[in-house]
Amino acid sequence: MLNTSPILEFKSSTFFSPILILYTNDMVAIEQMLHEKINLAPDFFKDSPLIIDLRELNKLNLDLDFAQIAQLLKRTGFFPVGIRGGNEQQNKQARALSLPIDTVRELGNPIIIGEAQKQESIQQPPAQPEVVIVKESVQPTAIPPVPAASVLVTQPIRSGQRIYSSGDLIILSQVSAGAEIMAEGNIHVYNTLRGRALAGVHGNTAARIFCFDLQAELVSIAGDYKTSEDLNKQTYNNPVQVYLQNHALIIKEIA
Amino acid sequence: MARIIVVTSGKGGVGKTTTSAAIAMGLAKKGHKTAVIDFDVGLRNLDLILGCERRVVYDFINVINGEASLNQALIRDKNCNLLYILPASQTRDKDALTHEGVGKVLDELSKDFQYIVCDSPAGIEKGANLALYFADDAFVVTNPEISSVRDSDRMLGILSSKSRRAERNEEPIKEYLLLTRYDADRVKLGEMLSLEDVQEILSLELLGIIPESKSVLSASNAGIPVILDEKSEAGQAYADIVARYLGETLPHRFIDGKQGFLRRLFGGRK
Repeated sequence: MLNTSPILEFKSSTFFSPILILYTNDMVAIEQMLHEKINLAPDFFKDSPLIIDLRELNKLNLDLDFAQIAQLLKRTGFFPVGIRGGNEQQNKQARALSLPIDTVRELGNPIIIGEAQKQESIQQPPAQPEVVIVKESVQPTAIPPVPAASVLVTQPIRSGQRIYSSGDLIILSQVSAGAEIMAEGNIHVYNTLRGRALAGVHGNTAARIFCFDLQAELVSIAGDYKTSEDLNKQTYNNPVQVYLQNHALIIKEIA
Repeated sequence: MARIIVVTSGKGGVGKTTTSAAIAMGLAKKGHKTAVIDFDVGLRNLDLILGCERRVVYDFINVINGEASLNQALIRDKNCNLLYILPASQTRDKDALTHEGVGKVLDELSKDFQYIVCDSPAGIEKGANLALYFADDAFVVTNPEISSVRDSDRMLGILSSKSRRAERNEEPIKEYLLLTRYDADRVKLGEMLSLEDVQEILSLELLGIIPESKSVLSASNAGIPVILDEKSEAGQAYADIVARYLGETLPHRFIDGKQGFLRRLFGGRK
């Protein structure tokens, strides 16, 4: 074989999709409520993939007609792409309709400003994501029309505190060891960074971390991470930026 | 209205109770009517340090439960008649402390006292959380070692997010650093964190350094707050701290340690 150009390639990737939690099997009520929600942000929901969460429904012992709900969702502009939390029979029905079954993964409750309510371990960047095969061309493009607001913090972030921003996160004071700062966008720390910093937590590989003095316990961009042990001695204690390049985490001094 | 001070640290054994007893005595000696409350329910110690353990009849939990009045439970100090102690219960645990109960006791004390010192237990559980919840000022007691510094940092996070002032969006608790058990000689040898090292991590206003001193242990064993031992360095350090807290400007002492006789004679190494 002389032709070495690849025919296809498998890659693993994670992506985020809205989850529809149903509390009733009343199709009329569901459709009405969906229309109301869509009217609030038409662009956000247009052609959005959707996973149907059945746990609440099953708690109430309510049955669901899959063919009907799938049709209803398509009619309102969604693409049902799977179910989760279903029982054996529901999983069987879903398979018959070519709806994949997602196992229930708790992603925690990351939007905590200030003191963490629960001492949860962080969303550890998965080394190998569970089998999620995504053809790049059908990657969903459900991007909210309004850019998320950035969060500005002027007080020191102490050990044990967690800060989350759905946009950029800008911190003017120090981040202590044992603190955790997370942003869906970029992270700027105009002081010493000693805690954990996770940028692009929803998979934004273009996100970056900037800090005046790198002494971090962990830095992560879109799930790719390095712990302080792996940090280069040369960049330690220096002003740096952290970014992803060809799936490699680059830590570079800001001259 | 009284000013409520919490003496806290996160870590145990760093000198919270010693500090509580010393500064409460110091404030009283300066003419301010002061109450000191032991929040370490089940591990009562403050009464020993203040030498009033044989006069405990009712305790903090009795008052919270309405089994005794505040006046019945408060013990007047032998050395200073402006200092009162509210001891913890030794037979109960921290669950006996309730939010409403503590609030009520502090409200009642506030009417009559100028300063209320809350001696927090170690840890970040109920006792410690209730001790800091109502505070106006926090004395963060830290030893010059890395685990104590980190625990203090954690405590500062809780002070800024879980207090009444934080919940009500009021002016935050004023936080002060008290560096205790400081041994300047060991700092010079690199065996102990220096003041700069600690300040780099915590960046807090320093209220004072208490040097490691034998007089602390002997004062505790004798049941006399070390601040009354005016000859000891620790006693002087606490007196400085009280004066600074009350607004006096005093230079910081005990950072470089004392000059040894031989070092003075031969000029030392540095």
